[in-house]
Amino acid sequence: MATSSYYVPESSRLPIGTSIGLICLAAGAGGMMNHSSAGGEGWALPHLVFFVGALILAAVLYNWFAKVITESHAGLYSAQMDRSFRWGMGWFIFSEVMFFAAFFGALFYVRQWAGPWLGGEGDKGVSHMLWPDFVYSWPMFNNPAGADLPGPNAIIDPWHIPLLNTVLLISSSVTVTFAHHALRIMDRTRVIFWLAATVILGAVFVYYQILEYIEAYQDLGLTLDSGIYGSTFFMLTGFHGAHVTIGAFILFVILIRIIKGHFTPEQHFGFEAAAWYWHFVDMVWIGLFFFVYIL
Amino acid sequence: MTSVVTSHEDGHHGPAKGLMRWVLTTNHKDIGTMYLWFSFTMLLIGGAMALIIRAELFEPGMQLIEPEFFNQMTTMHGLIMVFGAIMPAFVGLANWLVPMMVGAPDMALPRMNNLSFWILPFAFGMLILTLFSEAGAPNFGWTFYAPLSTTYAPSSVTFFIFGVHLMGISSIMGAINIIATILNMRAPGMTLMKMPLFVWTWLITAYLLIAVMPVLAGVVTMMLMDIHFGTSFFNAAGGGDPVLFQHVFWFFGHPEVYIMILPAFGIVSQIIPTFARKPLFGYASMVYATASIAFLSFIVWAHHMFTVGLPLATELFFMYATMLIAIPTGVKVFNWVSTMFRGSMTFETPMLFALAFVVLFTIGGFSGLMLAIAPADFQYHDTYFVVAHFHYVLVPGALFAIIAGVYYWIPKWCGNYYNETLGKWHFWLSFIGVNITFFPMHFVGLAGMPRRIPDYALQFADFNAVASVGAFIFGFSQLLFLYIVITTIRGNNKASAEVWEGAEGLEWTLESPAPYHSFSEPPEVK
Repeated sequence: MATSSYYVPESSRLPIGTSIGLICLAAGAGGMMNHSSAGGEGWALPHLVFFVGALILAAVLYNWFAKVITESHAGLYSAQMDRSFRWGMGWFIFSEVMFFAAFFGALFYVRQWAGPWLGGEGDKGVSHMLWPDFVYSWPMFNNPAGADLPGPNAIIDPWHIPLLNTVLLISSSVTVTFAHHALRIMDRTRVIFWLAATVILGAVFVYYQILEYIEAYQDLGLTLDSGIYGSTFFMLTGFHGAHVTIGAFILFVILIRIIKGHFTPEQHFGFEAAAWYWHFVDMVWIGLFFFVYIL
Repeated sequence: MTSVVTSHEDGHHGPAKGLMRWVLTTNHKDIGTMYLWFSFTMLLIGGAMALIIRAELFEPGMQLIEPEFFNQMTTMHGLIMVFGAIMPAFVGLANWLVPMMVGAPDMALPRMNNLSFWILPFAFGMLILTLFSEAGAPNFGWTFYAPLSTTYAPSSVTFFIFGVHLMGISSIMGAINIIATILNMRAPGMTLMKMPLFVWTWLITAYLLIAVMPVLAGVVTMMLMDIHFGTSFFNAAGGGDPVLFQHVFWFFGHPEVYIMILPAFGIVSQIIPTFARKPLFGYASMVYATASIAFLSFIVWAHHMFTVGLPLATELFFMYATMLIAIPTGVKVFNWVSTMFRGSMTFETPMLFALAFVVLFTIGGFSGLMLAIAPADFQYHDTYFVVAHFHYVLVPGALFAIIAGVYYWIPKWCGNYYNETLGKWHFWLSFIGVNITFFPMHFVGLAGMPRRIPDYALQFADFNAVASVGAFIFGFSQLLFLYIVITTIRGNNKASAEVWEGAEGLEWTLESPAPYHSFSEPPEVK
């Protein structure tokens, strides 16, 4: 087959399997949340649906990626196909950027406008009449509702775990670049070394993030339901942490593929896509470090 | 560079047989067909809901349904029409047409294409099933403002949120596929500025989709957390703000409006030159105008929130920014009219719908300008004037363009001409019905009739009765459309490859019906 051809796959069971997995996951998650918010306890049908959905999705995605790898090794993917993958991954990352932008936007809006207005400042400070005793400050240790909705006692000190995590993540972006350079000259041992280092740095980051959450919940009273500070803090860092976990898992799969002898200096978009994703996660962290932790 | 379709190992190129063909397909035409049928099904379901609303509003007082159910109908009607009817119809047209128009064998990522589609029936199945649950379907309006959609929402809101997530995933994947196809799969010689305008408008629409669907996902996630996990995003008692919901929602919502109209611009820009037998006037300015509208769509969102209590400077900024949109839109209308000027015009059904689009969409655009004037909007806000405005841009706007597109390309799709006489009947019934329905809403709105209320004061009775009659005329005319489409598919009035005298573009160089894989060999574009 000529390398310049564009591969159009035959009909496939993979997408419909993914759709079924996704709807089970979504319907199950919805049912689970309604179940527990209505005071239900223990296991119910939605838990089963969710669990089955997760299994289906995991199985189908495993097979989907395996199929793509097989097709790639069979030489079905041309340079043009490679560009489709690049556009696809690039725009996917852009969509992720916009997802985080929504939460950053919420944080900026609350700090710049809604919070001061509630405290009686500015153009729309009239909303102060709702809670006349409320004094705005950020971090918001005292919420407008006061004792009815207690705020955090303290917040995470940016210069301990967050600073360490910043160093870890930035180092991991450097190590993944070293791995890429090694892949370009096909020094497989060095690729494995630097990629493994990246995965470990990512895992350690997640470990420290979990320690930080434990500290927040147990010692600082900083929780999801401690008002808007906790809401923005946990949603931003939580989604970021989830992305680090996914990114580290992707890099781990790439590491296994490297060990198995996949990729060539010319063709290794799977590696590059994982690295792009990792750099994106890194950039989001830098935003978090400044706007959530320090400022 | 040559591009050859590589198919099955055994080399057969036709579709498989039976139901599994549709479930497992990776073919852009099959998937486009499914999108279009799905969208039409949703149009009928959402339309039935609209008719329930209009039947209740036929005369003052409570007639048929409970107010709670009325709220569910307005909410589900809006959600189904926006996310289930209009958007999938455009994606279906893109699937059918973009590969043919750029000279590609198929979409860039065919399996993901199947996934984008098949998420939708499941997601809408889940959403519609909430109607039969004990708590009832979502009832907070399609804009689902907090705290109505958080503190005071029925429990079905959770399924609504996950449904929105699924639709978002579907839209993002669909948009990525379209962008990759347009940027990477064009035939040699098909430079960006030679692309048909339908392709251009979809490229820009896909960009908007990828930019704002994640923001929608973000806002429903905040709702989910507020409802089930105790966060305070939209709760002022915890330092949040219900108005934050509106900002984030409309940051998605306004580009969403253009997602539903830019491909319509593209369709009309294909049809008018064909039936005026002149090239499109001002092609480059059309491209730049589309891009300008897309850019402006990101900085006008708060014009939906003039009455919520914004600082004066904010009101002014969003008022002026909104009015700027009239400039690129005016360029487009001017170009369409100039294309027709001294053309050799004929008035087949697609052209009739396209002409109605130009006129009636412009009316919707003008009422939009009225709404953009912040001080005047304090009078219009949340009245039937707003309902009249957005239905003018969405029904004789987006929907008419979709119908025009179906009539225009259906001979290419199934190899047969439709029945022109019946097509004209469909047009005139739709045209008259749509205006009887929505024009009186301007008057009752200006006189102060609020939207989303199942009862109204006596002085609004006559116009409401008229609107209800129009709605039933319009609604049942669409069954004629269904009949025309089915008879065209089954018919034997064979279409030529060119189909329309004066039609230009790569899709008309393919035989009718178009072969299963569009361009096995990339065509030469001069």
